[in-house]
Amino acid sequence: MDRLNDLLPELLQATIDTLYITTFALICGGIIGLVLGLALYATREGSLFPNKAVFGVLNVIVNTFRPIPFIILLTAVQPLARAVGLPGIGIEFAVFAVSIASLFAISRIVEQNLLTVRPGVIEAARAAGASRSRILFRLVPREALGPLVLGYTFIVVALVDMTAMAGAIGAGGLGQFAIVYGFRQFNPWVTWAAVLVIIVIVQAVQFFGNWLARRILRR
Amino acid sequence: MTLIRLSDVTKSFPAAARSAPPVVAVDGVSLSIASGEVCGIIGYSGAGKSTVLRLLNGLESPTTGSVEIDGRDITRLSERELRTLRGDIGMIFQQFNLFDSRTVAGNVAYPLEIAGRGKAEIRERVAELLRFVGLSDKAKNYPEQLSGGQKQRVGIARALATEPRILLADEATSALDPDTTQEVLALLKRVNRELGITIVVITHEMEVVREIADRVIVMEHGRIVEDGSVFDILSRPQSKATRRFVASIIEDVPTGDKWRALRERHPGRIVTFTIREGTVAQAEVFSAFARHGVRFELIHGGINDIRGRIFGHLTLALTGEPDAIQRAIDAASEFASFVEEASRG
Repeated sequence: MDRLNDLLPELLQATIDTLYITTFALICGGIIGLVLGLALYATREGSLFPNKAVFGVLNVIVNTFRPIPFIILLTAVQPLARAVGLPGIGIEFAVFAVSIASLFAISRIVEQNLLTVRPGVIEAARAAGASRSRILFRLVPREALGPLVLGYTFIVVALVDMTAMAGAIGAGGLGQFAIVYGFRQFNPWVTWAAVLVIIVIVQAVQFFGNWLARRILRR
Repeated sequence: MTLIRLSDVTKSFPAAARSAPPVVAVDGVSLSIASGEVCGIIGYSGAGKSTVLRLLNGLESPTTGSVEIDGRDITRLSERELRTLRGDIGMIFQQFNLFDSRTVAGNVAYPLEIAGRGKAEIRERVAELLRFVGLSDKAKNYPEQLSGGQKQRVGIARALATEPRILLADEATSALDPDTTQEVLALLKRVNRELGITIVVITHEMEVVREIADRVIVMEHGRIVEDGSVFDILSRPQSKATRRFVASIIEDVPTGDKWRALRERHPGRIVTFTIREGTVAQAEVFSAFARHGVRFELIHGGINDIRGRIFGHLTLALTGEPDAIQRAIDAASEFASFVEEASRG
């Protein structure tokens, strides 16, 4: 316990790092995933811009990268990070790796939540004279906003998980803190402290996401 | 004046399986609908009526043939021109298809926003429309807070927002209970009479057609099997499909099980005669029976009033001397034609 007291500044820094990586990965992965999800949704058969070829290619890409275990993807994308001028280690690399890993999952979640909008609603908008792109970019995301918020909440929790794993390649954050000061120094209290902080972060995110979705869905 | 004209229109969809032939949803349909008319298109599911409706506002384009709205062939229009056209054609749906993320007022405002109207104009027009459909107090409510009938009234207000000349109703009352159906049909009648909007209603319920339509088109397997005034179709259905629809709301000539049940209860002679406006003098028929000492009992049938025009089928069980009955029928045949047992299907 005394050791934990000494480590409080490190714990604080690790928490900040975790929040930093999660936030920036959510912004990068979230935006690219949203675009990819919209593209998957729009090009699907019977949708607003059906295109078998584009949908097929996107679908294969997502299905190829999404199931790769994160710890393997993390090391696999290192050369890619270096190629685009990013360091192959540390916090920036963690943001890069987590963004790439999450964007495929996010695109699926976006696609599936957009599909909850009933085709009849889209037909009503078209009958009212709305253009296909206006429906795709304005109406459909707005109609699916409640489930989308819940989907993104789910993703943030997964991002915290991935961020912790990025500690394995020296990215900083709570994962690295738990491994370096807890696991390797046979001090379970330190590990449990990291666990506690992660639980608090996840609960806070989930609570906020649920609250926001409830407000949007008016339930 | 003809507002809508379909000329030899076919529409086929690719089959689900690659090797299967395409599905022909609409097969050589020609029809014209006059301005101000309420036209009902009736058919069972899969008859092609939904597709016909979607051809009218370009949500579907025909495989062959032409679709003219106000003399303009809309199959030649670009996507952009079609969008402008849709401002002139409102549409309402079985499942209402309101935008859940928008309030009642927001739903009604949507087509106006699309059309690029100004904020003040939109506010004014939305208030006016909500007054028209009787939902002024619900402007700030969301769709999930409304009953089915109220939702459809919002749907109607939204469809009328851009002052269209045509309203397309896709099974608009099929998800509603009978009372609410009447309420929505009454509103549609007002839309037609007060605003002069041409209405095309597709339905599988003859009741809806009888209630609001002037004209009915019966579809089966992608083709039109009958087309005429509601009075003519209901009082004198020609095709088998039409007769089935008519039988759902009209007590007509009893056949099949109905006939067997009547036969069981009434062992004597049973006849049915048809009344159609001035052509049959009911009183003459009844007095012919009375003159010949034949007693009669009304066992089936009814009189229908289609916007002031009368028709009906009356089935009588006759008791008395067989010869007297024959003489009575011979005498009454001068005024009406009788259907007897031998000719029932």
